[in-house]
Amino acid sequence: MDFETHDYDVLVIGAGGAGLRAAIEASAAGVQVGLICKSLLGKAHTVMAEGGVAAALANVDDRDSWKVHFADTMRGGQYVNNWRMAELHAKEAPDRVRELEAWGAVFDRTADGRILQRNFGGHRYPRLAHVGDRTGLELIRTLQDEGVHRGIDVHMEFTVVSLLATDGRASGVVGYERERGRFKVFGASAVILATGGAGRAYKITSNSWEGTGDGHSLAYHAGAELLDMEFIQFHPTGMIWPPSVQGILVTEGVRGEGGILLNRDGRRFMFDDIPDAYRKQTADNEDEGWRYTQGDKNARRPPELLTRDHVARCIMREVRDGRGSPHGGVFLDIAWIKKRLANGEEHIRRKLPSMYHQFKELADIDITKEPMEVGPTTHYIMGGVRVDGDTQMSSVQGLFAAGECAAGINGANRLGGNSLSDLLVFGKRAGEHAAAFAREHRRVSIDTAAARAAADRALKPFEAGPGGGENPYAIQSALQEMMQALVGIVRNEDDMQRALQGLTALRTRVERAVVTGHREYNPGWHTSIDLGHLLTVSEAITRSAIERKESRGGHFREDFPEKDPRFAMFNVVTAKASDGSMQVRRVPLPAMPAELKQIIEDQK
Amino acid sequence: MPTATFKVWRTDEKGGAFRDYSVAIVPGMVVLDAVHQIQATEAPDLAVRWNCKAGKCGSCSAEINGSPRLMCMTRLNSLPLDEPVTVEPMRAFPPIKDLVTDVSWNYRVKQSIKPFAAKKPDASDGTWRMRQADIDRVQEFRKCIECFLCQDVCHILRDHKMHDRFIGPRFLTYAAALEMNPIDAGDRLDDLKNHHGIGYCNITRCCTKVCPEHITITENAIIPLKERVVDRFYDPITRLLRVFRS
Repeated sequence: MDFETHDYDVLVIGAGGAGLRAAIEASAAGVQVGLICKSLLGKAHTVMAEGGVAAALANVDDRDSWKVHFADTMRGGQYVNNWRMAELHAKEAPDRVRELEAWGAVFDRTADGRILQRNFGGHRYPRLAHVGDRTGLELIRTLQDEGVHRGIDVHMEFTVVSLLATDGRASGVVGYERERGRFKVFGASAVILATGGAGRAYKITSNSWEGTGDGHSLAYHAGAELLDMEFIQFHPTGMIWPPSVQGILVTEGVRGEGGILLNRDGRRFMFDDIPDAYRKQTADNEDEGWRYTQGDKNARRPPELLTRDHVARCIMREVRDGRGSPHGGVFLDIAWIKKRLANGEEHIRRKLPSMYHQFKELADIDITKEPMEVGPTTHYIMGGVRVDGDTQMSSVQGLFAAGECAAGINGANRLGGNSLSDLLVFGKRAGEHAAAFAREHRRVSIDTAAARAAADRALKPFEAGPGGGENPYAIQSALQEMMQALVGIVRNEDDMQRALQGLTALRTRVERAVVTGHREYNPGWHTSIDLGHLLTVSEAITRSAIERKESRGGHFREDFPEKDPRFAMFNVVTAKASDGSMQVRRVPLPAMPAELKQIIEDQK
Repeated sequence: MPTATFKVWRTDEKGGAFRDYSVAIVPGMVVLDAVHQIQATEAPDLAVRWNCKAGKCGSCSAEINGSPRLMCMTRLNSLPLDEPVTVEPMRAFPPIKDLVTDVSWNYRVKQSIKPFAAKKPDASDGTWRMRQADIDRVQEFRKCIECFLCQDVCHILRDHKMHDRFIGPRFLTYAAALEMNPIDAGDRLDDLKNHHGIGYCNITRCCTKVCPEHITITENAIIPLKERVVDRFYDPITRLLRVFRS
């Protein structure tokens, strides 16, 4: 097999917010940049980000600063975050947002004409710059329109099957273009992974078909380390009815605008359990909570705006104890604000247009009149490629990662709004440092035998003889059911050991997967390739979750339901051993500098 | 479980034909769910584009019972299920396979439009001040998810195939968003008249009718742009003034 080959200084895999921002930065540094998209340009999962981008601009509340944002992020992540990343993120996010405006983004405005900011869970002050509830679309479109005029080569609908490394250095990738099913090799001095999440490992997810953990898996097999893979964010509010929309996201912005959570009995159950770390900042009555959402600086935030991990668990508790809604969730009510606001209906439609639209068209629900039914949905993975906080380089030389597929900034739980700022801040850093790396290091040659072997492996599902083999869709759905049931929101040792056995059995089934038709635009074939990534990521999640014998953030174990201070001292690192097996180990957290510790103390 | 018949366009050596599939109906189902069900059972190689399944990415555009729609936002209970539901690709673009078309022309067109160019910041902190009322219209245009259904339905592209002379409603809206942005310093009127074919649009409003984001493409974007072009190039007094000035 001869490959069509492309060579770049910097190759970016993934064209969501992080990939686009990285490509723009690398290109600005004057190097040749290639950008690979799994779908069409501008369709990546970033478009689904609704609520906003978190940055301490202090436009709405001048008490805000990078220090408060830093402390909020660390508290939200339950202090196992990479503090350096949390620091850089809080300091640099405001500039990254202002830069978007200079590139044509049009954010909602304050009365005096500056960028408007809204409340969100875990953020002490109104901090999310936004455009209604379609901020992600604004962000990706702005970056896309800026990027296409910068001489970046864009390769759309291209799937990477293997990341090539020679002597511990990233050398490029091999993959296929969807339209014709042809394999191509991309050589590069530096490779940036920006592939997003892995929500498709679960049955109920807000992620699209693309979120199969490709970057996590590619990095792992190329020898990089993964970090904190046990920390998955189950967003508390996904749609649950009708069945065909299960998992679709309902923005936290609904609660930021005053939406409340109610159980079957109409009780506002979020007041029933407020964690100690947040007690001082949380309202203890409904009136104070409402005043907070309307900008009263002396009011404390309503309990609906506690962190996502906590809200998701409270919803699970109501459902488990028989107080859930008819379809196994709880009610999210924004219509009630009409009692407080004269123009309530119009206000809801203006502040939450796409939520209004989404429920009206998909569920026959008018959210200005009726409550929504919601429940947790797999939304985000805090874990990912272990990177250096400043440069975003992984443990493989020349391999960088940014955005959701990298780990560190979010610790055990991500605050809403911190993903868009994360991908801007660290996308830029990855692009800058990858370009510098490419200038300083000569390209290493591609191992063509390894590329050929990867392509052969990818083509194997076409070879199964008649009668043999299994439909890849059936295997994928079995994997999703199993991960949802055994390594989901509530975990225990026995279930997870069964999941490991289940993964072994699924691996055998994947070996026997068979596809019909030819190589041109064949989704069955693509699914069979995604399965390999999903198995790797699922195993890393499960092994890391077994290793962390406590409950923290997005990781909840019913056999160890409490937080354990001993586990606050380390991260869980996953790597491939020399015999090819997956190994997890505990790596102590680096000591935090005194001045950062002091900031956290001051903000408590 | 109730079922419905779907006639889905499948490409083959001779070009393509509708093939019948029986689909089990689940409450709340959308057309994209039906296509996924067909993929997972009878036709794993059925080609379709999709991403968010929530009407936000604009990937799953198709023609359903002859109307340009997003598959993910078309509920089965909005269609007559006592007769077969037809699903076919957008017809204004070259076919690739089954429901997938080659939309690369749209990306090339966009690149030909002068990009956003910010004016000098007007506030002392180096940023801009804009009133919400002054950007409401621009934000309406920026809701666009680039599904290209407006391009698909536009007769200038679909029937007259003037892709080399007319940029279509999507990119007139894009140009309008730039032109009406209070801090943009660019000028695209000359291009709109001479290269982007704004004059070809005879405001039949088909684009506005199919827009899944309910953008008022014709009235809010295209007509005001046409007025600006007319003001600059055809207004008799302005023309006269131009003659004197030169």
